[in-house]
Amino acid sequence: MAGHPHDAPASRATRVGTAVGISLALAAVIAVARELPAVVSGSSLRAAWTWFPDLGPSLAFHVDGLSALFVLLIGGIGALVLLYSSRYLRGHPDAARGQLFLTLFMLSMLGLVLSDDVVLLFVFWELTTITSYLLIGFENEKPGARRAALQALLVTGTGGLALLVGLLLLANIGGSFRISEWDVGAFTAHPFYPAILILVLLGAFTKSAQVPFHFWLPNAMAAPTPVSAYLHSATMVKAGVYLLARLQPTLGGTDAWFLALTIAGGATALWGGLQAIRQVDLKLALAHTTVMGLGVLVLFLASSSTLAVTAAVTFLIVHALYKSALFLVVGIIDHASGTRDVTLLGGLGRHMPRTALAAALAALSMAGMPPLLGFFGKELAYESALALVAQPFLLVTVLVVSNALVLAVALLVAYRPFWGSLPGEPRTLHPAPFAMLIGPLLIAALGLAFGLFPSFTGRVLIEPAVAAIRGQPSPVSLSLWHGFNVPLALSAVTTVLGLVIYRLREPLNAALGSIAARLPWTGDRAYDASITGLQALARWQTSVLQGGSLSRYLATSFATIAVAIGGVLVGHRAFSWPSAVQPVPPAAWAVAALILAGTGVALIAGSRLAAIAALGVVGVGVSLLFLIFGAPDVAMTQLMVETLFVVIASVALLRLPALRGPELRTRPGRARDAVLAIAVGSAMAALLLAVLAVPLDPLLGDWFVRNSVPEGHGRNVVNVILVDFRALDTLGEITVVAVAAMAAYALLKLAPAAGRPKADRR
Amino acid sequence: MSSLILSTAARLLVALLLLFSIFVMLRGHDEPGGGFIGGLIAATAFALYVMAEGAGAVRAVLRIDPRKVAGLGLACALAAGLIGLPAGEPFLRGLWVVLPSGKIGTPLLFDVGVYLVVLGGIVALVLALEEQR
Repeated sequence: MAGHPHDAPASRATRVGTAVGISLALAAVIAVARELPAVVSGSSLRAAWTWFPDLGPSLAFHVDGLSALFVLLIGGIGALVLLYSSRYLRGHPDAARGQLFLTLFMLSMLGLVLSDDVVLLFVFWELTTITSYLLIGFENEKPGARRAALQALLVTGTGGLALLVGLLLLANIGGSFRISEWDVGAFTAHPFYPAILILVLLGAFTKSAQVPFHFWLPNAMAAPTPVSAYLHSATMVKAGVYLLARLQPTLGGTDAWFLALTIAGGATALWGGLQAIRQVDLKLALAHTTVMGLGVLVLFLASSSTLAVTAAVTFLIVHALYKSALFLVVGIIDHASGTRDVTLLGGLGRHMPRTALAAALAALSMAGMPPLLGFFGKELAYESALALVAQPFLLVTVLVVSNALVLAVALLVAYRPFWGSLPGEPRTLHPAPFAMLIGPLLIAALGLAFGLFPSFTGRVLIEPAVAAIRGQPSPVSLSLWHGFNVPLALSAVTTVLGLVIYRLREPLNAALGSIAARLPWTGDRAYDASITGLQALARWQTSVLQGGSLSRYLATSFATIAVAIGGVLVGHRAFSWPSAVQPVPPAAWAVAALILAGTGVALIAGSRLAAIAALGVVGVGVSLLFLIFGAPDVAMTQLMVETLFVVIASVALLRLPALRGPELRTRPGRARDAVLAIAVGSAMAALLLAVLAVPLDPLLGDWFVRNSVPEGHGRNVVNVILVDFRALDTLGEITVVAVAAMAAYALLKLAPAAGRPKADRR
Repeated sequence: MSSLILSTAARLLVALLLLFSIFVMLRGHDEPGGGFIGGLIAATAFALYVMAEGAGAVRAVLRIDPRKVAGLGLACALAAGLIGLPAGEPFLRGLWVVLPSGKIGTPLLFDVGVYLVVLGGIVALVLALEEQR
């Protein structure tokens, strides 16, 4: 960010955008805070408007403990991030756009956590995917940012598609689109339960970056730091966690749910911690600890016991606070010194004491030190891990190791850059402006305040959310001192182990690096392989289907028609011969002879003009047949269409040189064409005979004939249908006519003509 | 290609065809005809004129770009559908005023829209093809 003139005044659009965004965030926070007493007392608020009354989905919103907690986090952190980013992006040419995207993203997240209707929830879910794509790719001139944005979009978007199917199945079984109206017991025994579980977990695990879908999250650090602070602390990646929490009463409580969440969560926690300690870029280190934090959250949502859910909700708050504060601190460091490389930093504490304070508070919470909220989170985590399974040794080990790794990362982020001395030559450090300092200070202070008043935090923030997730009143009491017990001992082990890891991180990194280099594949590589494969498939099918040869296109289209029609007719054994053949008037025989003669001439014509004229004869013959059988409207239209066809085809084709050499089809080619033509013709004839064999239902025809004059004021039934009864169809058709004509016009006018100098075109 | 015979005949025929196209469109509601066929006849008239006098002459006679004619047609059809909305009628409800001497209604405006779209679209295409030299 060092390249931007930070001291230039923000543009008017940026200032307005920031003000609107912050106002919306605060409005959401205040609105929910006013309802907190009701939410704490266990009631939930609902509001619904009709949306698709015939299809079922409605604009149904609800506020319960879980959504209230999320709204407070999204709105509160959102307002501070917007304020921070208005300063961070100052001087950036796209600052206003950044603020707009952040605001849109915030609104999508708010909508997501407030939706009661699953279709509405899915719409907001996809909106967060799209707005996060725009945010991650904010620096759109950088290829890395574009790749990261597309990767996040494709990974979470694919999961989103799976989720849509899962949600629709849930709505179908639940008999309602509203989650609050489901009978939660009806799902786990349903035969579709395994399918629903897989689909929903695919959506949640891709969004919340669980192994093996975790790789997009560190790559998404291509986004500006305030965006990362927001997306990866309280919002985007927590959407999957929110969904799992929301659906836990519906889908949870089975062995499959428990195993999927514990395995994915445990693996993700450990993997994120191991990756985090290897990083020298502060932001990447934080990104990997986000992966770790998401793993822990998913792990505790595996069980529906009060203890596990309380651990999950507490850690959710802890993580949102320390992670957003530390990301914002890293942004300040980057802004001040021009680097995020931890090996190039040190001694910043003397120059920016207030930033160091914010960093220290957040890091202490991250490390789980008393009396910050992080301590409660860690104690609850150990307590519930001990109770989660009968043999908790593996689970507890995983948790202790990942927490120790996170503690080491906390030291790396909040101790290393601020203490010691600044390596290299002396640099000028920009002091952090107020707008950027207030966010991390306030958020980090909240982590302390919530820890100092555990009964308030437990009763107002955690208990309602736990009750909402479990679907029943669940008393929660947080206390600092539980006596000397196993969790406290585990905390001590974690702290010692974390300090050891921090001291030994360089040999440890070398070991981890050599292991990582030997991994046969990573998620990122698998993603690249699948994208490359998809592109190869697209190239192959394009070269097969769209080789650029017009005659091949025609052959493909006609072959498809012949096979589709013929296949259906054969499949249904629908061949028939009309039982009573009406006498054919002699004139019709004559016209049929004319059509055949035209066809014959077109086949043997030696020039394009002759062939077009012969086809015109065929067309005129067809319109004469319409006239003979009493359809003057159709006959007239057909005649005009044929006339224009001859004119346009002549204008277009006569410019081409005379038919010669390779343009004349070879003998085998002509034989192939003849077979295809006969096949299409036979299929069409068989189709017509099959249609005629079915008695015509006169219901619609009679209705139109009866109502044409009284309702439509016209005696020409065809025209009344076109412009009155079925006018919407006609409107669609003429729109297609106009668009097709414009597209053809654009092709003719804009295509660079081969072999002609450009200036020569008119 | 310039031919005195074609050129002279075209002047006469174009006027007749255009007149006939409007006649066909207007009678369409009660007799065979309508906006689509009327638009096709009018497009034929201009195609004939293109062949006789060239694309430039047709653009000069038309004065407005045929693409705009097509756009105007869409606007007419849409307007015919929207007229009833303020009175609480659904979109595209046909509204009629029946007078002793005849009747007039929104479907007629709709049909004029169809006429203009077909005319504008085809003439735009013919002109673009003709100008591809």
